[in-house]
Amino acid sequence: MELAGRWCDLDMLLTRQGNLVGPGFEPDPALREFLQEDCRILCVGAGGLGCELLKDLALSGFGNIDVIDMDTIDVSNLNRQFLFRMKDVGKPKAEVAAERVMARVAGVKVTPHFCRIEEKPIEFYSEFHVIILGLDSLEARRYMNQVACSFVEFDAAGSPDPSTIKPMVDGGTEGFKGHARVILPGFTPCFDCTLWLFPPQTKFPLCTLAETPRSAAHCIEYAHLIQWDRERSGEEFDADSDEHMKWVYEKALVRAKEYGIPGVTFQHTQGVVKNIIPAIASTNAIVAAACTLEALKIITMCSTGMNNYMMYVGTDGVYTHTAAYEKDPACQMCSPGVPFEVRPDMTLSQVIEALKADPQLGRQLNEPSISYGATNLYMRGVLEQATRDNLEKTIGELVGGDGSVIQVNDRKLLAPLRVKLRFPAESADANGMVH
Amino acid sequence: MVEHPVVDAKAKKYDRQLRIWGAHGQAALESAKICLINSGTTGSETLKNLVLGGIAAFTIVDGAKVEAGDLGNNFLLEAANLGAPRAQSVTGLLKELNEAVTGSFVEESAEDLIDGNPAFFRGFDIVVATQMREASLLKLESICRESGVKLLIVRSYGLVGQLRASLGEHVVVESKPDNAVEDLRLHQPWPELAQYAHSLNLADLDEITHKHVPYAVLLIQAAAQWYEEHAHQRPASYKERSDFKLLIKSGQRQIDGCPIDEENFAEAVANAHKVWAPPPFPSEVHAILEDKAITSLSRSSSDFWVLAAALKKFVDTEGGGNLPLEGSIPDMTATTALYLQLHTLYRERAERDVAAVEAHVHTLLRSVGRDPKAIPRSTVKNFCKNARNLRVIRYRTLAEEVGTDTCKSDALRQAMSAEDTVSNATLYLLLRAVDRFHSTYNRFPGSYDGELEEDVPLLKTIALGILAECGAGNNTPISDDLVGEMCRFGGGELHCVAAVMGGIASQEAIKLLTKQFVPLSGTLVYNAMGSTTSVFQL
Repeated sequence: MELAGRWCDLDMLLTRQGNLVGPGFEPDPALREFLQEDCRILCVGAGGLGCELLKDLALSGFGNIDVIDMDTIDVSNLNRQFLFRMKDVGKPKAEVAAERVMARVAGVKVTPHFCRIEEKPIEFYSEFHVIILGLDSLEARRYMNQVACSFVEFDAAGSPDPSTIKPMVDGGTEGFKGHARVILPGFTPCFDCTLWLFPPQTKFPLCTLAETPRSAAHCIEYAHLIQWDRERSGEEFDADSDEHMKWVYEKALVRAKEYGIPGVTFQHTQGVVKNIIPAIASTNAIVAAACTLEALKIITMCSTGMNNYMMYVGTDGVYTHTAAYEKDPACQMCSPGVPFEVRPDMTLSQVIEALKADPQLGRQLNEPSISYGATNLYMRGVLEQATRDNLEKTIGELVGGDGSVIQVNDRKLLAPLRVKLRFPAESADANGMVH
Repeated sequence: MVEHPVVDAKAKKYDRQLRIWGAHGQAALESAKICLINSGTTGSETLKNLVLGGIAAFTIVDGAKVEAGDLGNNFLLEAANLGAPRAQSVTGLLKELNEAVTGSFVEESAEDLIDGNPAFFRGFDIVVATQMREASLLKLESICRESGVKLLIVRSYGLVGQLRASLGEHVVVESKPDNAVEDLRLHQPWPELAQYAHSLNLADLDEITHKHVPYAVLLIQAAAQWYEEHAHQRPASYKERSDFKLLIKSGQRQIDGCPIDEENFAEAVANAHKVWAPPPFPSEVHAILEDKAITSLSRSSSDFWVLAAALKKFVDTEGGGNLPLEGSIPDMTATTALYLQLHTLYRERAERDVAAVEAHVHTLLRSVGRDPKAIPRSTVKNFCKNARNLRVIRYRTLAEEVGTDTCKSDALRQAMSAEDTVSNATLYLLLRAVDRFHSTYNRFPGSYDGELEEDVPLLKTIALGILAECGAGNNTPISDDLVGEMCRFGGGELHCVAAVMGGIASQEAIKLLTKQFVPLSGTLVYNAMGSTTSVFQL
């Protein structure tokens, strides 16, 4: 039996008509019942943001939460990952976090998954109403982005089908700074639309490390990237091994002394080698809560939503900037079709070769299969023989004309690529331009 | 022999935050005593982040018992606590988060304590007042101001949050700006730097060294040549600046008339603006050097103001209008030897500047009757290194902000009319209005479903009344949508809004305690509907 009045603060939002609400909001006590009983949400990551997200979700009425994380608990997590204690060090984060949240918040069910996100089949992700990300790497974000974008379906006019949208909310922090964003694939920009938001990592040229070191970091990276392979060849470097880290530190220290460079410390060595991002409880709390509010709004429509990105900077006063970023119409992940120019008289075989040669698309293609709507144009495997004849037919006779969207599939891809074929304008031919 | 790294358990646990505020920042946290008023979810979340960070001790003041609603929004409570004193229950669960932190509680309402035992608040570094109404806050503020205790006022109200600090003066040496300005003096090299730059004869260098002459040297040489050819004028027009870049490039080695790729020359071109646009004297630091605290320096002046006075003397004399040199240089393509030589020149110059400032410090300390060695060299050095980023914040009192004679009516009127601030300024006004509503009706608007509709016009009338009192009322419309939403919230405390506000409040507490980074000045309004914030100087 639920304690009467336990959700009184939340219920005021869910059971009262509002002026500033999401589309189609209907106040109803059933909204909370849906949150608690039927709604399924996946929290990706059980680290600094993940711990906060799980707490926030449980206390925002979400009753069925899954959490996935491949990490185990480290001592350096304890300054912010408040679900963990010293005695938990070494245990899987997802499992301990799930247990703690369930012990604290009566009635909530948290299901842990102690594994890599890539280990789960795509069907696993399709079960959730919303996916919320508390990650610290661009690679993992892009993987989840690909997963979320793979579910969206477009109609013939290129409009996304709202029932196929898998909403995703993402948070990220670094020191006193962070961001929260809402991704509705097909409607709002996905990660790949706005990759420029992520600054490139600093990488030192190898010749600087080897020949002209100038900073402590140069000496550390020399020991880590060059000396290790030379002096301990065959042994894989493990950043989590204390002995390995100490070895790098000591080699870097010797090299720095040789060159007269100050500043090599063990702490700095760890920071450079592991690319440690400083992290504190307060920023994680702010970003995770902003993300959870958006998840709550997506499910219940109880208030207007964030459109679509908020950045937070706490170093100089408190500054936020909320911006509506725009979709990339040629995005490989979330657009109705990546524009790709072909001549109508090219054979399907030539089109396939051109796709493989494309600097962007080609990287993801090895042995592509091509289909157009429900028609298989060329398939690998058992259908190869049946579709082989199409290879010598021209693309002009196989598809509907300029703007036709073909699906390109490949083992390297998580979901088919949508490619929008563009035939060059007729006027170009008339002017005698060379293709 | 290589020294072995000593990384103790504490350093490991706090590693990710030590990288932000250092051991001295951590030491400041570890000596801090915090008082939390009201341990609802906003207060609990604030304290949770501070306990994790490793403050010395906290005391919770809260007369409430744990109710059903607390179990739906507060993570520092569990079902078994129902009916128990809230301060006690929250204290127990908070202490589990960090065994290094001491926690205690007082089961009494803040209002009673303010009236009955105001001296209670004197022992703390910061009082964090959560979910309190204006009338009690004004009393608490006057206690805190009198005793020099910093006050943080935090509130979550439905989908709205508010935060404000109230203290005397806050000075920051280590403001740690995101984009630190590099003052390399390339436009105006001091004699030793110029001499060094000109001692490198590019024509004589072997191919490898030529590619590794630091861009700072290339720019000093190019600038000297330019000044000679242009009557000592810096490149000013677009044309001149383009010509200056061509002059830099003309030094590149060539093969068959084609310049070869030299990274250092590319860096020189990219940094050419450092010759014609040296970093300006920061306006905040200018204001500090003109502050009356310098002209009225006395025995009771803080070390910060003694140092600022010494800095002013330095700028006016040895510095020739410049701040002390920082002493560090950015990484640039260079051989190890050339880079270290250059770095040494900057470091030596910085040390000379520190010595000059230190001499002024000694004189000033003596002149106010203090021990001339009272401020150690390391402090002077740190002050000089950060001279470009010094900050002083003086806070208005809440009493001034809300007083009819002292409120900034122009600023409020402006915030209520500008497109980008109107919503959040309205929310600010409505937060004040709900307190006044409470003092009349002894409940917040919309607390009960039955009175929800009647409360909307009542709240609007009160808000218009406050605007009129502040002299900001003429023709300033108030959004009915927002009035309606405030009534819909019914004074509810949502966990996520509390977590955002608790996060910001703990961050501000950390900035105030460590004296690092720049704390919020003014009143922050968080609007969780559109996920925006505004800061008002009222």
